[in-house]
Parts: sequence; structure tokens; C-alpha cells
Amino acid sequence: MLKTVGVKTLDDLFDAIPKEHRFPELDLPPALTEMEAAAHLADMASSNENVRQDLISFLGAGAYNHYIPSVVDHMLRRGEFYTAYTPYQPEISQGTLQAIFEYQSLMASLTGMEVSNASHYDGATATAEAVNLAFAQFRGKRKKIVMSPSVHPQYREVIRTYSQGMGLEEAGDDATNSGSGPEALMSLVDDKTMMVVVQYPDFFGRVYDYAKLIEDAHAKGALVCVVANPTALVMLKTPGEMGADVVVGEAQPFGIPLWYGGPYLGFFTTKKSYVHKMAGRLVGETVDARGNRSYVLTLTAREQHIKRERATSNICTNQGLLALAASVYMSTLGKQGLQEVANLCYQKAHYAANELAKVKGFSIKFDEPFFHEFVLQTPKPAGEVNQYLLDHGILGGYDLGADYPDMKNHLLVAVTEMNSKDEIDTLVEVLKEM
Amino acid sequence: MNTPSNLKYAKSDEWFDPATGAVGISDYAQNQLSDIVFVEILVDEGEEVTVGKAIASVESVKASSEIYAPAAGKVGAVNKGLSDKPETLNSDPYGEGWMIKIEGGAMGDVMDAAEYEKYCEGRAH
Amino acid sequence: MAEIVEPTIFELSSPGRRGVTMPASDVPTVDLPPKHLLRSELPLPELAEVDVVRHYMKLSSFNYSVDSGFYPLGSCTMKYNPKINEDTCRLPGFLFTHPLQPIETVQGNLALMYEMQEWLKEISGFAGVTLQPAAGAHGEFTGVLMMAAYHKLRGDTKRTKMLIPDAAHGTNPASVGMLGFTVVTIPSDSRGNVDLEKLKAACDDTVVGMMLTNPNTLGMFDEHIEEVVKLVKDCGGLMYGDGANLNALLGIVRPGDLGFDVMHFNLHKTFAVPHGGGGPGSGPVGVSQRLADFLPSPLVGIIEEGDDETAPLYGFVTPKNSIGRMKAFHGHFGGGLVRSYTYILMHGPDGLKDIAQYAVLNANYLQARLRGTYHIPYDRICMHEFVMEGKFEGSDVRALDISKRLMDYNFHPPTNYFPLIVPEALMIEPTETENKDTLDRFADALIKIAEEAKSQPDLLHNAPITTKFGRMDEVKAARELVLCCWLPENYEEMV
Repeated sequence: MLKTVGVKTLDDLFDAIPKEHRFPELDLPPALTEMEAAAHLADMASSNENVRQDLISFLGAGAYNHYIPSVVDHMLRRGEFYTAYTPYQPEISQGTLQAIFEYQSLMASLTGMEVSNASHYDGATATAEAVNLAFAQFRGKRKKIVMSPSVHPQYREVIRTYSQGMGLEEAGDDATNSGSGPEALMSLVDDKTMMVVVQYPDFFGRVYDYAKLIEDAHAKGALVCVVANPTALVMLKTPGEMGADVVVGEAQPFGIPLWYGGPYLGFFTTKKSYVHKMAGRLVGETVDARGNRSYVLTLTAREQHIKRERATSNICTNQGLLALAASVYMSTLGKQGLQEVANLCYQKAHYAANELAKVKGFSIKFDEPFFHEFVLQTPKPAGEVNQYLLDHGILGGYDLGADYPDMKNHLLVAVTEMNSKDEIDTLVEVLKEM
Repeated sequence: MNTPSNLKYAKSDEWFDPATGAVGISDYAQNQLSDIVFVEILVDEGEEVTVGKAIASVESVKASSEIYAPAAGKVGAVNKGLSDKPETLNSDPYGEGWMIKIEGGAMGDVMDAAEYEKYCEGRAH
Repeated sequence: MAEIVEPTIFELSSPGRRGVTMPASDVPTVDLPPKHLLRSELPLPELAEVDVVRHYMKLSSFNYSVDSGFYPLGSCTMKYNPKINEDTCRLPGFLFTHPLQPIETVQGNLALMYEMQEWLKEISGFAGVTLQPAAGAHGEFTGVLMMAAYHKLRGDTKRTKMLIPDAAHGTNPASVGMLGFTVVTIPSDSRGNVDLEKLKAACDDTVVGMMLTNPNTLGMFDEHIEEVVKLVKDCGGLMYGDGANLNALLGIVRPGDLGFDVMHFNLHKTFAVPHGGGGPGSGPVGVSQRLADFLPSPLVGIIEEGDDETAPLYGFVTPKNSIGRMKAFHGHFGGGLVRSYTYILMHGPDGLKDIAQYAVLNANYLQARLRGTYHIPYDRICMHEFVMEGKFEGSDVRALDISKRLMDYNFHPPTNYFPLIVPEALMIEPTETENKDTLDRFADALIKIAEEAKSQPDLLHNAPITTKFGRMDEVKAARELVLCCWLPENYEEMV
């Protein structure tokens, strides 16, 4: 091969590299064989305490422990899916393309919206892309966003990071005002507002009907983005029915493992009229030269590789394989299985809330309806309660004091179908003895 | 290539009708873009525009282009129907494919039809 | 009416069918929320598990993949993805740890992340690394945000120009556009290097920095890299390195040593995270000392030093002038970091150098074999990829036709029509994992196609002919915009 290339040694291929920096000695551990590496990684993994084998978990706050049917991973392990690239050559990528088209359809059906894109990195970045959409829609003529303080704190942080170059005015994002509902937001919406961002159920688990807020925001000409939990949407009125313009969220609960925070799956659905301002990949139906129904990446001229600095976003990829996971999850559980999951979450969370409210010193903070997550007021700082629970092998919930200064004695508790009655009873018993 | 002689042309391939103030994209431009699938007018009626301001955005299957004002003045009319039928820009660029009308249009640096044709020929590869 | 090769999951649905069933509730039943808060219908498919499996198996058979054949897609580094990585990333200790667990319960994860930060620093020569960005473009946006924050903190607010070579990836200008900066395009010279004179003329005190892919998208290592870096730094700018092409540099040269300030890694290219049909990727970012305080929060650090007997306690730290958070939680831990960690661990320093050397050898071998048949506009020793023109004198065959015809020979086509500075570009990146036999078969096919272009051009215009699907009508897709399918309106009556 070297002879064909016309050089004597491999090193001769690198003459263009500045000599004093060429071939550095890398201080890395020596190579392991597969057998050694597998053992090493198994050691590292087992030094964690996980929520299936070691700990009872009531931790949610944006990532949820759900059962994943076996078939999901069997499909993800098909090399034809996971070792393919972005479907630039549709003739030999129809598997990926039809799977994404179906994912788009499933998500649009779930959220009650007209269109979905092929997905974003996660729920937080999908929310930031919703703000980008609003900015592009108003072409910078409206620059104010009204953000509820009960949108996930990390999502709000990501929006602030993303929008650093836009010169946005923010209102509503006041962590000391955590108890307020949607009415409090409306007074902040004016004719400079490009978008209102709310969460459903909100970060504290509360379920509000946003129809009135959306109607009022529309009267001022503003768009409304609803950040939604997909499991809750199986049971609850859809943001589409409420009139939302953009519905985004984290689809990790749909067949994606907790995986210490990622990769997850940001879903993004909207109305057809905003599709040209929406970032991200999009698959559309067409026919091929032989008359076969088939699918292609479409409206690609919106995207960075053509529109370059005028594009809404620089995003190129989607979370392809994880969109497939969500599709297989939804298909395998199907309508009835999903309803069973949602109902189990709802019933168990309410059982837990009812029982916890009976423990002396503890109470449920809010009166609003909730789905599978609620705020538990604790007699001591939540951090101390969590440490005590951890000593008993329980992950108690999310300490809200970290993000909301007036909620130091509050835990955000999540309950899913994975929590048995025994686990809930154990939590209650342990807290009784605290 | 169709280049009506009553119109003026900008280097960025917009046409301007001095008689009516109408603005659109040239036959050459629509041909280069090929199948246009999206058009968005970026200015509103009554808005003042300066020469070179982006007044519209056009996307085809393979390309994307901004359309710039070839003249300064007040936007007198916007072709609102265009966004529902972007393919009009391919089929009738000088007729139904007009984008906006600029009132009191002080023209920027524009060419007549003969100069523009020569300019386009010079760009063919 | 179009022929249906495989029905959609909605079309396969039938009322009442069940896949996986959930257990009955073990708690007392409470009322559902009030009716006005409940959804009125749930129009999702109903199938048996076997129907779901057969559907997705059928779809998988429509895909070309690295596991099924040679995938020389330029700039995408479609190397073989070792199977062991699929097992390590699914170890229960990784799969079932929640991102908000107390740090004491996830020391294995944090140790892995800490070591990964250290290894990427060592491989690239940078002072700091964040693992948070989700993909290359996300890492790039992170990098540009840090550059902006650096100048802003210094009160140097007149800097609004980003210098970008004409051979750059489209994400570069798009990232810059997200911050409202203006792009100044710098042309390439006849050897595929940055045109130094043009660069000199653009360098002034309004420059934010330069975004340079090196080796660039022509596959060329810039022969004047040190001068380029010096020019940008002398005018107060920062150097951004697009790490898309890092596969060519492992153990060959470290971008930090060359004076770059910031670079994103594509773990899904260089470090064998599978591409997943378009994601998830993983795009950590490395920075020089002067940008280290601007890294996104949080990073993994040592909270309590260890000693001979006890391991250190790992936890999260926030850099002093952090640009903030780029996504929820800590990055693509399971799917990205664990796979890449396994990959680096199994290669070691010498193995990494081998990767780059054989990737570069394979590209040069293909270039040498195709040189006489196809025009190579920037013809010198290339790095991991090269670009040739997919057109012939006196023929109307285009790069697209050649790409489609390659499918008939059971190869994935190269990247076409990129970089924009080469007409009818075909960008070929073989990667290090292909053997000489595969490269020869691919070169033979391209040489045969060049003959076909002369003797029977229609064969190319009509290609592919042996694949399950033919060329798509992209205009119809964009004009009609059918983006979703739904359950039929009379679905409930279909039982």
C-alpha cells in the first residue's frame, strides 16, 4: 500500500505536521484486551448503587424510572439501525426514514399537535429551541419571554445559556415565587412578548388547564410553549387541545434507561404553520421512481448546511436511535399498555401522597391535582431527610431547596409503576421513625 | 432566459418595476434556485425599507436565499397569497410572483435588461 | 396510487390488540382527575408484540449500515463500532443510575467521567474538558459561547467578526449566527491551505476568532498552521478547532500544542460511538488555559483527595466564569461516554496512534488508486479523507449519479456536493477499520463506473436499480408536506 501511495514509511504521510509537535507521547493507560476491559467496566458499574438492585427510588425531577419492555432493546441492537448514519441517501435508508416518520406521527398523536420533528438532544434543549423558534418567527421584533418559575430549573438555565446572543428580556422566572399558578404569569404578557413557557404537569407535579392562559397570550400576539411529560399525556388533556403553539419535552420515560442522565430524547411538536421556523430534522412522505411510497428528509433548506448563519439553529443530528426506542416502546405497549402505565403511576403516587400526609410533621404542599409527582413538606431540611432515607437504602426525592430558596423543607417525590406498595409502605414506615 | 425590458435588475437577482414599484426575483434566479417550496415576506405594509434590506426569504428543495430591496421607500403592498403558493415564483416570476411594492422607490444600483442578461451569462460557470 | 412496501405502524394497528401488559395495581384505587383535565381520546396503535418485531425487522432490512458494508462517507468517520461497547454501556450500574442521585452512590460513574476528561485533555493537549455537549454542533455552540464570554468579560465588546474558511462545515456559520456575530469567509489557496494573505487582511481588533477545521474538509492538513494561529492570536482572536476530523490526528499531533484555544470532539466519529441513524452523538469540548474558567457547568472534579488506601471522592464543580448549562444533567453518559471510554481503554496510546496512521494510509491508498480516473483538484498527501470531482469531460454524468450507481455495487456513497469549493465533489473517508481487499473492491467499482459513464451514461442517470427503492421525489415531499400519518377516521369500527 505504501508503494502505491509513493512513500517509504507510515511516518512519511505526516510531513505537513510541524515537526516539534509531531508524534507526541500520550500518557494514557496501556491497552486492555476485551476480556480485561469488560471486567474493568463491570467493576466501575457495580461500584454505583442503582435503582433496580440497590436502592428504592422516589427520585424524578426530569428523569423517571419506568419499565422498558424487552423488545425495545432487541430492536435497538439491530446493527442495521444503530450503525447507520443520518439518512442522506434515502434509497438505502428507508428503515431509518420510515421509523422517524412513524415517531413523528406517534408524538404528534400523543401531544395533540399537527407536526413533530425528528427530535432534539433532550427536553431542555428542545425547550430552548422553542424559544429560538419564537425569536425567528417574530424576526427579533419581539424579544420578551415569560417563563414560569415552575418550569424545570435546568431547562430555564439552558434557555438562558442558549439565548445569550439574542438580547432577550425575561420575566416570570422568579424562584422565590414558586407557589404561583398560571394566573400570575398572565399579567407579565404584553405586546412585546414572543413566547410564554409553562410546564405540564409543572416541575412541582401540578396539573393546570392552560387553555385560558393560552387564549389570553394569543390575544396579545404571543406564542405559548408547553413543556410536557409524555407519560402524563397518556392520561391528561393534551396541550394541543388547550391551543398550545409548541409542545416539547423529555421522552426519556418512553423506553430510554436512566443512564445517569443521557442520552435522552427531546421531543418537539408544533402547528404546521411554524414548521419552516422549527429547527431540526424532518421526514416527509413521497414516492420513489418506481412508484413506491417512501420517505425523505424534507425542508432541508431550513437547516444549517444550506442556510448557514441564517438558520434557526445549528443542530444537525437528531437522537435517531432513541426516537426508535420511543416508537418501539409506544408500539409494544400500545394504547392499552400505555394507559395501564399512566394509571399505575397515578394510583401509586396518590397512595404514596395519602400515606405520607398521615406521617406526623409531613404534609402535601399543594392542593392542585397532580399526576405522578408531588411536593412533600418535611419537618426538617429536605437534605437531612434524604440523608436519613439513604441510610435506609431509599432515594427520597429531589431537594427543592437547591433551586427555590423558600423551599428548603420540601422534597419533590416521584412514584412510577416500578414502585410497589411495599416500597411505598417502607418509605412511610422509615419516615415515621425519623 | 426571460428578461422583460421594462424592468430594472439588481446584482442579487431582484427585478424592480419603476412604473408600479413592484419587486420580485428574476427568471434566472428562480431557475437557479429550482423548485421553490417556501417564501416568507419579511416586511409589513407601511414599513420603510432601504436599498439592500432583506425583504423576503426563499427556500427551494436544495437552496435558500434572501431577497433584498432594490429600491428604497415605503412598502405599499405585500403579495400575501404568495406564501400559500410559493411555486408561483417558478411559474410566473414577473407576474403573479411579485413580492412587494415599494412606493416612492429611489432605485439603488440596478441594471437594465440587456446589462443584466450579459451579467447572468458571465456567471454561467 | 403509491405502492406500499411496508405499512406504517398505524396501518398495522387493529382495535383491541395487545403487546406488553402491565401488572394490576397493588394500591387502593382513587378517583382520576376531574374530567376537564383528561384527554378525550388516545389515537395510538394497538399491535401484538410479534407484529411490532416483524415491522421493525422489515424496516431494518431497508437500511445500509457499517455492519453490512463499506461506508466511506467523508467527514462522518463511519468506522466499525466494536460490539463490546454495546455490552459495557448496558451494564446495570450504568443503565439504572439516576442523574440526580447523591454523588456518594455514583462514584463509578463520576470516576469514569473524571478519567474521560483527563484522557481527552491528554489526547488533545488542552487544559480543560467538558463532557456535557450532546453532539458536535452542540459542542461547537458551546465553544462559540465561551469565545464570546471571554471577550465580553475583558470588556472587549467591539469583537463581532468570526473568520471561517470557505471549506468549513455549515454548522460553523450557523453556530456563529446563533450569537449574532458576522461571518467573514476566508478563501483557500491552490494547495488547500488557508489563504494567508486574505487572512492577514481580515485580522483586526474586531475579530472574535477563527473557526478552523484541520485537517480541513478537503482532507488537507494546513501546511502553514502555525502562521495561521499566530495571525489570529496577534490580533487578539481565539482559535476554534472543529474536531470533526480528529481521527487523523490521534497520537500524531495535539491541537492544544498547535495553539488552538477550543475544540469539540465527536465521540461518535473518532471514538466509535455508533451513529444510530443520526444520533445520539456526543460532543465534549476541550479548552486552553485562558478559556478553562468559562466551561459549562458542572464539571466532574475531585472533592476530597484520596490516598493509597482510599479512592478520591468525585463530585461536581462549577468553573468561575461558566457560560452556564448546555443541557439537562451531565451529557451523554451511557450511550456516549461509556462506549468511548471502553474504546480508548482497549486502544491505549499506541493503539490510538495506529488508528490515525491507518486511517491516513487507507485514504492515501484510495486516492492513489483513483488519481488517474477522477480529477483530484487538491492533489497532495491527504490525511484521513480526500475530495475528487464526480464529473468527466464531455459527459453529463454528475457526482449524484456516481453516488447512486455505487449503491448498485453494494457500497454506501461518499459525501457528495461538499465541500462547496469543489464542483461535483465526492468526499471519501475510508477509516482505519477497512482492509486492503475492501478498498480495492471499492476503487475497482469507481473505475468501472467511470467507464460506464462514457459507455452507458443512462445506467448512471437511472441508478440505483438493484436496491429496494429508487430515487425519491424530493419536490413532492417538500410541496405536499405529509409529515405524519394517523389512525384511520373509522378506526374504532374496524374490529
